[in-house]
Amino acid sequence: MTARAPVPGLSFEGSVFADARTGARRLLGPLSLTVTAGRWTCLLGPSGVGKSTLLQAFTGLPDGLRMDGSAVLDTGAQPLGQVALMAQDAGLLPWLSALQNVWIGSRLRGERPDHARAKALLEQVGLGAQGAQNCTRLSGGQQQRLALARTLYEDRPVVLLDEPFSALDVATRLRVQDVARDLLSGRTVLHVTHDPAEAARIADDILILDHSGLTPVSVPQHSKQADDPKVQALTSDLTRLLLEAA
Amino acid sequence: MKYLLPAALILCLWQSVVWVTDVPAFILPPPAKVAVTLWGNRALLAEHAIVTLSEVMIGLLLGAILGMVTALGLAMAPRLDRWLKPVLVLSQSIPVFVLAPILTLWFGYGLWSKIMMALLIIYFPVTSAFHDALVATPPAWLRQAEVMGGTRWRVLWFLRVPAALPGLMSGLRLAAVYAPIGAIIGEWVGASRGLGYLMLLSNGRAKTGLMFAAVLVVAVMTILLHAVVNRLACKIENKSRGQAEPSL
Repeated sequence: MTARAPVPGLSFEGSVFADARTGARRLLGPLSLTVTAGRWTCLLGPSGVGKSTLLQAFTGLPDGLRMDGSAVLDTGAQPLGQVALMAQDAGLLPWLSALQNVWIGSRLRGERPDHARAKALLEQVGLGAQGAQNCTRLSGGQQQRLALARTLYEDRPVVLLDEPFSALDVATRLRVQDVARDLLSGRTVLHVTHDPAEAARIADDILILDHSGLTPVSVPQHSKQADDPKVQALTSDLTRLLLEAA
Repeated sequence: MKYLLPAALILCLWQSVVWVTDVPAFILPPPAKVAVTLWGNRALLAEHAIVTLSEVMIGLLLGAILGMVTALGLAMAPRLDRWLKPVLVLSQSIPVFVLAPILTLWFGYGLWSKIMMALLIIYFPVTSAFHDALVATPPAWLRQAEVMGGTRWRVLWFLRVPAALPGLMSGLRLAAVYAPIGAIIGEWVGASRGLGYLMLLSNGRAKTGLMFAAVLVVAVMTILLHAVVNRLACKIENKSRGQAEPSL
């Protein structure tokens, strides 16, 4: 992201309900959350507390949900064109090759696909040799890395990640996390994860979401290495907090 | 090859009915007699078969195109869909056969009344199968496309249509079997050429062998047509589901 429009932060205020008409079944909230611009924020919490719903709220798409309140970018810009989403399901298009899946956003917007950048991104997530392969031939972990490459290709100031590394083996996960951190530095990232070690290593800010609401966790300065004692201490703190929250 | 065993079974059954009941040949000719008639009249049969085949092919092509265009229109205009879908379904309560005399009246005794019959009979299955598939795109894909800022028509072309091709293919498979029915009925109602016309003609002249030969040719034609369409359909389905290597 070179000098372009300012990177927005995120702010959420209110509740989300499952039924668009009656407002029955509360999925999330009431709560208020802010994500600082240009920082990597991890959102941890037990299943079913509405972490994915929160991400969805920031895409600006109600999708049959009802929101009482607001989910906005603090620059006042519309989410469309500012936000990239990597959902839990890789959502690859089975009739396309890996490379074509990376630049599908260009196709859908009517832009000329940037072959060179798409190839470079595939290299960076370790799929350089698989570009021409049909995406259904890739393993689960490879498909997740492909989805990450597609998200990075979108080149948006705000990136929403929903468990992007869950299907990766430990070594690949650490490598791909570093790639993602590197390529997304300076952007506003909201990253939903179940893994306290992942959050401890990668995040600038950490929030725990449970049924009672949001709890911020202070993150000390550390080396972003998995074996840094500070990272390990933070991991065990987070694990304890998650056990209490569950 | 998979048709060989059923075909042999039918032949056996046919021959045994001839032997057991001892029906006269003008009611049910034995297979051997039909085979001889078929060979003896091969030029005549081929001449009429070409007429029927062209009616079927043109009807199939036009019906498929019209069905696809309708399905795309309905998928892109939900309001149109709400008004037009009931009309389409209602129209199916009128058997297409009933329209045959009217179509003959309007389009004459030539090819076009039969083409229209074939077209009308396949229009609904193609439209319905393709439309159902077009509105069933996985919501997660559509959400992703919206977040990416895809335009309506590009999302249709690059996402919904490729995803709906397997549905369209099942519609086309049905169409390949239905289209000959339409053309033959059209020929029964009024024609001077074609296998349906030949059936009626030979029946009227008590040439039962020739009539059966014509039926046989229609059956083989339909099976071949279905096989060709099925082959194409399997290829396209595999591509859509990612089972074939994409051409980059």
